[in-house]
Amino acid sequence: MERTVTHVALFAALIAVLGLVPRIDLAAGVPITAQSLGVMLCGTVLGARRGALAVLLFLVLVAVGLPLLSGGRGGLGVFVGPSAGFLIGFPIAAFVAGWVVERTTLAPALAAGAGAVIGGIGVLYLFGITGMALTLGKSWTEASYLALAFLPGDIIKAVLAGLITQAIGRMRPGALLSRA
Amino acid sequence: MLTLTSPVEIWLHPVPAGAKMAVLCLTAAGLFFLASPVLLTAALLAALALLATGGWAFFRHGLRLLRPLWPFVLIVGLWHLWTADLASGIAILARLTAVVVLANLVTMTTRLSDMIAVIERLAAPLRPLGLSPRVLAMAIALVIRFIPVLADRVAQIGDAIRARSPRRPGWRLLVPATLAALDDADHAAEALRARGGLG
Repeated sequence: MERTVTHVALFAALIAVLGLVPRIDLAAGVPITAQSLGVMLCGTVLGARRGALAVLLFLVLVAVGLPLLSGGRGGLGVFVGPSAGFLIGFPIAAFVAGWVVERTTLAPALAAGAGAVIGGIGVLYLFGITGMALTLGKSWTEASYLALAFLPGDIIKAVLAGLITQAIGRMRPGALLSRA
Repeated sequence: MLTLTSPVEIWLHPVPAGAKMAVLCLTAAGLFFLASPVLLTAALLAALALLATGGWAFFRHGLRLLRPLWPFVLIVGLWHLWTADLASGIAILARLTAVVVLANLVTMTTRLSDMIAVIERLAAPLRPLGLSPRVLAMAIALVIRFIPVLADRVAQIGDAIRARSPRRPGWRLLVPATLAALDDADHAAEALRARGGLG
């Protein structure tokens, strides 16, 4: 019980810290915020249930008025704005990513990478694009063009989620709760 | 850590948080079904007027919170100029901005502790599923306590990497950062158990 609560809380804090780190410049100087990578890691490291709970807890803190989203955003406004769909999709994305790692017997890097692509891109975009279509009054196809801009960065993040999950599994096999 | 609650006290501050959130939900739902550009522009002006009742500093703070919307306003505005369908473009943007202004207004006028109290009340029906308000409150407190701790740790890890290598830390930082979160979670769990646990 205590371990579940502290893991959920610490990973919620990790998502917040990854949004505070100004930005991480990747190889080609592509600036991305690591926040959505944090969401993927919640799933792939903690597993489906705890990962989704960690993301939910993070969203609760954003909703009550802490400026924890990347760029110092927060409060109730972000849940009615154009990117609300992505926020609502976050916990489900973490759940799906964790579920893939839990239920497959692939190597951790592959399983986590695949989970991050299916959850952190597939499922997340489904929610995010629907949210943009509703708030911006556009058709689903039109809104999906807007999301396309984030796709290259998110593919890189999914690969990183795979590599980081694998590294953690190697250094501390017991720490990968998604495979415990 | 700073919250988004405005330090300028206005008449909305003493209104109960639950009531403000209920009104916000109803208004947002109502605006969603409105399609007339004239009425939606009126709604936006009303929302801005409500924001302005807090005085100049409060109003400016409220406008600053709208900044993340600009890229979307620009894209939708250009889109509707292109398709020569200005009326629906104005309706969409006025609705979006009005709802965000009102939601931010609730956030700006409600203290963190009052917001958390509302969340705990909303979560009360989840008690049979194993989520007692005490556990939720503890989890929220843990996150708030550990954000600065983890942020310091990440900064230290970055310094350590920079001391060893001329390259920028990049994503390599994230492995030790995640391990630090896992370790801190184990330590905090032991500390909680040693103090009687969460029951």
